[in-house]
Amino acid sequence: MARILAVDDSASMRQMVSYTLKVAGHDVVEAADGQQALELAKGTQVDLVLSDVNMPVMDGLTLVKELRALPEYKFTPILMLTTESTLDKKMEGKKAGATGWLVKPFNPDQLLATIKKVLD
Amino acid sequence: MSIDLSQFHQVFFEESYEGLDVMESALLNLQPDKVDSDTINEIFRAAHSIKGGSGTFGFTDVADFTHVVETLLDEIRGEVRDITSDTVELFLKSVDCIRKMIQQHDVGDPYDATDANAIKAQFETILSNDLPTQAGESLAITPVTASHEIQNDSPAPHGWKIYFKPHQDILRTGNDPLRMFRELESLGPLIVAVDVSALPHISLIDPEACYLAWSLELKADVPKAVIDEAFEWVADESELSITPVVVEDDQVSAPEQLTPYRPAVKGSDLSKVEVTSIRVGIDKVDDLINMVGELVITQSMLGELGLDFTMKSLPKLLEGIEQLSQNTRELQESVMRIRMLPISFTFSRFPRLVHDLGRAMGKKIELKLSGEQTELDKTVMEKIGDPLVHLVRNSLDHGIETPQERLTLGKPETGTITLNAFHQGGKIVIQIIDDGAGLNKAKILEKAKQNGMVSDTDVLSDDQIHDLIFKPGFSTADQVSDISGRGVGMDVVRRNIIELNGSVEVESTEGEGSVFTIRLPLTLATLEGQLIRVGRQTYILPLISIVESIQSFQGMLHRVVGGCDLLRLRDEYVPIIQLSSLFNIPSDSKDMEDGLLVVVEGDNMKVAIFIDDLEAQQQVVIKSLEENYKKVEGVSGATILGDGTVSLILDIAGLIKLAGVQRHEYKAVHKGDDYAA
Repeated sequence: MARILAVDDSASMRQMVSYTLKVAGHDVVEAADGQQALELAKGTQVDLVLSDVNMPVMDGLTLVKELRALPEYKFTPILMLTTESTLDKKMEGKKAGATGWLVKPFNPDQLLATIKKVLD
Repeated sequence: MSIDLSQFHQVFFEESYEGLDVMESALLNLQPDKVDSDTINEIFRAAHSIKGGSGTFGFTDVADFTHVVETLLDEIRGEVRDITSDTVELFLKSVDCIRKMIQQHDVGDPYDATDANAIKAQFETILSNDLPTQAGESLAITPVTASHEIQNDSPAPHGWKIYFKPHQDILRTGNDPLRMFRELESLGPLIVAVDVSALPHISLIDPEACYLAWSLELKADVPKAVIDEAFEWVADESELSITPVVVEDDQVSAPEQLTPYRPAVKGSDLSKVEVTSIRVGIDKVDDLINMVGELVITQSMLGELGLDFTMKSLPKLLEGIEQLSQNTRELQESVMRIRMLPISFTFSRFPRLVHDLGRAMGKKIELKLSGEQTELDKTVMEKIGDPLVHLVRNSLDHGIETPQERLTLGKPETGTITLNAFHQGGKIVIQIIDDGAGLNKAKILEKAKQNGMVSDTDVLSDDQIHDLIFKPGFSTADQVSDISGRGVGMDVVRRNIIELNGSVEVESTEGEGSVFTIRLPLTLATLEGQLIRVGRQTYILPLISIVESIQSFQGMLHRVVGGCDLLRLRDEYVPIIQLSSLFNIPSDSKDMEDGLLVVVEGDNMKVAIFIDDLEAQQQVVIKSLEENYKKVEGVSGATILGDGTVSLILDIAGLIKLAGVQRHEYKAVHKGDDYAA
């Protein structure tokens, strides 16, 4: 299946996302902040990035901008996992180059349904 | 697909506790007059994670409560609202409240929402108030309304006509029209017609841009919302029209339904099991694994040697055994290190304590922490917490003056309390330093004389006067206050520390402040011991309590009739304890002058122990005598020596008590050069 990069500073959220994806048969790499995620993404090509917005060191929006600047991540789907469901925030994410968003709280089924939308 | 979310609960709880600690310490660092955006962000992020996690894992009460906290934080972060010291207090209260809620979920207790509701109401009052600053500007937060709000929720019986012209940059956000069409196709038959009219001349084409538009017809009896969902992320930047069609057609498949989210119900029985765990750095675990690897190699080498042993391979055997003992020692050290935690675990509770107490007492106090990374054993750390709290309270209550008093004295208005930890000679030293009033010697002496602890004729050194505050029964009525007078005196603090094989002393300068210094062993599981011999018995003295050993002391001996023999050691007299008479065992030394004296310090006094011989020094593993046999006065535990014999570990404070060496006796002779002969 797909190789997915899950980025969240919260370990419980990361574990939940990662476990759900693995159960669904995906290959998952995890990062605790944007900086780590960027390093990982440079080292290995992933098919999808799921990233939290609020994180220390490097936040999710900066991560999207950085990834989009890389040729190998120009068209890769990047989904933001966010509790900030306001339109402003979503527009900000979109401007940075995010593909879409998943509003927290979400359950495993919603997560899988959402990523199905972006994985071929 | 069903995934049991409760498996992530414990991680979420631990993470939330950490987040709350972060919030708490950041809030305490916050200067309301000088808001630091990094700190606010840090607090916001912690609250935000707790809210997100509690929502996801089904703790809706926590999520609801945290939501108002987060909202106010967001307004402060966005500089639409000022932060005041009252708001900081409210945030601190909310941290306590969230912690309590999570703890109750953690142990599976029902939650009493009274406090939470009261605090939440306070937040709501603040949030509903007009903004004090920039009242005219609109808030950054707008209610959740998507532009493509569902207009028509009833399914069109004959399907939908869709015109879709995406923004040229759609591909650059990782979106792909093809995927959306595939999603629609899963709902029913889909007819797609592409509109290439916007395509520029080939020489002008940007291959990464999208110039196409599509007319689609979905023959499916689905609500419009389902189609909206397919275009959810791109609708606001695209030309999109979705209209029902009236065409005769076949029945179509039912729309895919998302199962509504139900929070996992916690099994209360299981969750009541309390787990004490420690977090161990991965480097420590790596060390351990390496060490075990080495041990296995040594073991296999010895095993092979044993299969076919001749005297010729004796040197190899000895070498192997030497290696084995080294492996074992290193392994033991590594295992010990696992129990070692940085003292920051204990220190972290003080910023809040000092903040709350300072506020309650109307004192301004800055708390400085240093050496927080100094490591010590978890059990020692657990037991030192309460004595430390008492000492810090004491500094706050009796040490630091009120702001007015300080200003009159020419001191800065804000007092400073420093908690400092460091390693020194195999011990951990913890200091509580304040720049307050210092100990009032005259007052202490007066109290001690009133209580009959010191006679009118006694001449005491400064240190001896300061030491009086640790005496049982010293705490007096006018010293007791709401804060520190809770029935626990300094004598209890000292006793607790001594029980940990440690010591506490105070240095103080009137008007300038006090320094309380605690010395503790790093661990309670092992002990650096000095083996001593009396007759045929071997005992162990904790190395940390030994001051010196004296072999030739003829001229220094003072026999006291009807009392304790004394050793004149430079400018003081030290009582001598004879283990042979104390434990009623035969000794080799017929005469005092034949033996050895080991000067040790315990219970804040020195004594000299008379023994036959000093043997090796070694690290011993302490076995509790109390658990395996019963409490024995003068003995703190036992260990098993290399030859298999059991040896008792001597407890200096207990020995002093057992020998009946009275402290006042010692004090009377202290520095009294003309006493005895």
